[in-house]
Amino acid sequence: MTDTLDTTPDAFQARLQAFEGRPVGPPTVAPDEVNQAMIRHWVEAMGDENPVYLDEEAARANGFPGVVAPATMLQAWVMRGLRASLEADRARAEGSTADPTAYDELFLLLDGAGFTSVVATNCDQDYRRPLVLGDRLTATAVIEAVSAQKQTGLGDGHFVTTRLDFTDAAGAEVATMRFRILRFKPKPVTAEAPPAGTDAPRPRRPRPALTEDIAFFFEGAKEGKLLIQRCASCGKLRHPPLPACPHCRSFDWDTVESTGRGTVFSFVVTHYPQVPGFDYPLPIAVVELEEGTRIVAGLTGIDVGAIEIGMAVEVELVAVDEDLTLPMFRPAGPAATGAR
Amino acid sequence: MTRRPAFADTTAICGIGATEFSKASGRSELRLATEAVAAALADAGLEASDVDGMVTYTADTNPDIDIARALGIGELTYFSRVHYGGGACNATVAHAAMAVAGGMADVVVCYRAFNERSGHRFGTGVQDRPLRPTAENAQFAWYSPQGLLTPASWAAMFARRYMHATGATSEALGWIAVADRFHAATNPAAWFYEKPITLEDHQNSRFIAEPLRLLDCCQETDGGQAVIVTSLDRARDLAQAPAVIRAGAQGSWHGQDMMTSYYRDDMAHLPEMGLVARQLWETSGLGPADIQTAVLYDAFTPFVLYTIEEFGFCGWGEAKDFVANGNIQLGGSLPVNTNGGQLGEGYIHGMNGIAEAVRQVRGTGINQVPDVEHVLVTAGTGVPTSGLILGVDR
Repeated sequence: MTDTLDTTPDAFQARLQAFEGRPVGPPTVAPDEVNQAMIRHWVEAMGDENPVYLDEEAARANGFPGVVAPATMLQAWVMRGLRASLEADRARAEGSTADPTAYDELFLLLDGAGFTSVVATNCDQDYRRPLVLGDRLTATAVIEAVSAQKQTGLGDGHFVTTRLDFTDAAGAEVATMRFRILRFKPKPVTAEAPPAGTDAPRPRRPRPALTEDIAFFFEGAKEGKLLIQRCASCGKLRHPPLPACPHCRSFDWDTVESTGRGTVFSFVVTHYPQVPGFDYPLPIAVVELEEGTRIVAGLTGIDVGAIEIGMAVEVELVAVDEDLTLPMFRPAGPAATGAR
Repeated sequence: MTRRPAFADTTAICGIGATEFSKASGRSELRLATEAVAAALADAGLEASDVDGMVTYTADTNPDIDIARALGIGELTYFSRVHYGGGACNATVAHAAMAVAGGMADVVVCYRAFNERSGHRFGTGVQDRPLRPTAENAQFAWYSPQGLLTPASWAAMFARRYMHATGATSEALGWIAVADRFHAATNPAAWFYEKPITLEDHQNSRFIAEPLRLLDCCQETDGGQAVIVTSLDRARDLAQAPAVIRAGAQGSWHGQDMMTSYYRDDMAHLPEMGLVARQLWETSGLGPADIQTAVLYDAFTPFVLYTIEEFGFCGWGEAKDFVANGNIQLGGSLPVNTNGGQLGEGYIHGMNGIAEAVRQVRGTGINQVPDVEHVLVTAGTGVPTSGLILGVDR
């Protein structure tokens, strides 16, 4: 419905709010009565061993008229099944929905205005009475509220609340459900495009928590330098960085740039867990630098079976993503010496 | 340094209580903590109104006052928490004992409870979430982006260097796992009850972080454990034989980090544990020959080797032979982790090890060592740590 519109924000909001109170399609009658078989499958999947869901005597002993359905199965009784859902989704995607509901119209309107992403935010259910075997439910849906535009961490958008009223065969209310979603404009992604041939951006490594004490190191790495903190009073080097010198207690410090040459003091090869952003098996070493300090860093350019304590390595500053550069170490060239 | 804390020989553990140890408790951590404390009170023959102190780990999510409200514990005059994860276990008892001996409280409950299997698991690594720039989070900057993400990987870095320095092989680690599982196999409370392993099973288990294998790593557990500390005089009037606190100590060493003390001269010693050992021996006047059985923290098998050496059960570099061929199993010269340990019974961050030590002192252990006089308990390794020596009341 993207014909000539008054697209001012107020007018747009007025169009959204015109949906409030509109029913969403005809009432849905549950394809099945509340039945023991579906209850059994549900409680097994949930791991809920409460006998009132399966055993008549236990249910009566607990004050129920008979076996009851778990309350949270509420919506399951009126869901239309996988095939019907898939067909409806396909139809909506093709724009060929035969009989658009108010919901469909609302979402076309939001899509057209750029609110193309969706996330569910709330689901609240109120139960008036327990459901028993044989109950046949009817669900009536209405768009209860459409919010003004909100700024959220995901992006700008509108919250849409749909209310479902559930009644039994006698027309009495048994439950109410409110389901809220956020339709939003996704924030633009600023990362580099992934390399050709990949389907999705590569997950990133964990970020360092940059305090004033350690930020210098990672800034230096971005500039291609492996920095070591140095006490400005007594000249002793230290890593990891500290606010004060453990030797002379001075709070003044500067940095030196390491030659980047060292030896492997210890190493691990991690296999599990396999965390997104890393390639496994993953070799990581404690490297003892020529300057005498040690540093934990990934090893690169070497078969994991060939790593040995004492081997000579040299640093390579690697940009693992657009924000983070880390020192890694590879086997040293012939000019370097090793031995420990 | 000759130092003798006032709580040595004047305080005792008078009650222990635990939940089952499982992979899915089906209930909240607070509920587990409350159940464990209630069980410990029942074991001691104490009422909630008798409790006036509570101690737990900084890592524990269950506020002492929530447990107190749930059980009807009223006035508390001592309450504290101890840091550094599993390094805290024995220190909670030492802090409780200090409170009692120092006159701040009479009956102090120490507890730990979590759903570390079904809830937040320690070994799952960190994700690309921005961390608040605190000092503790800043420390991870040297390990997480590099891929050293889990306690197993931090421990493995020590193990590799230790093996290089001492000639120990993965087999030495295997003997520790075998002993743990041997004891667990006869312990109905143990997750691995009736499931012993062989050295071959250990060698065949897959690498988690080389050189650590799956069977070098303790399990993940849902459960709770509590112990109660009071004066020795009071404990003598209660329901169980007292487990006398002969000594208790904490230890942190030069260049201490939390699991990543990689920057000292040497990574083949655990000097913070050596510091604990010296204090325990000096306080108690005992030595390795006076210990009939030990509960040695086994979140990861390599650190058991370090601990054995730091306490002087053998010389440095010799633990690989000390643990071999059943020497640390019931019947050997030093049965270790007679409940199965963190690896075999359950991982309650070391608290269940203290309970096993109490049972060995009482003579009620499933795998009871004959003629127990003194039991050593050590805490988490690679972190600032703690230790206890418990003894029979004579």
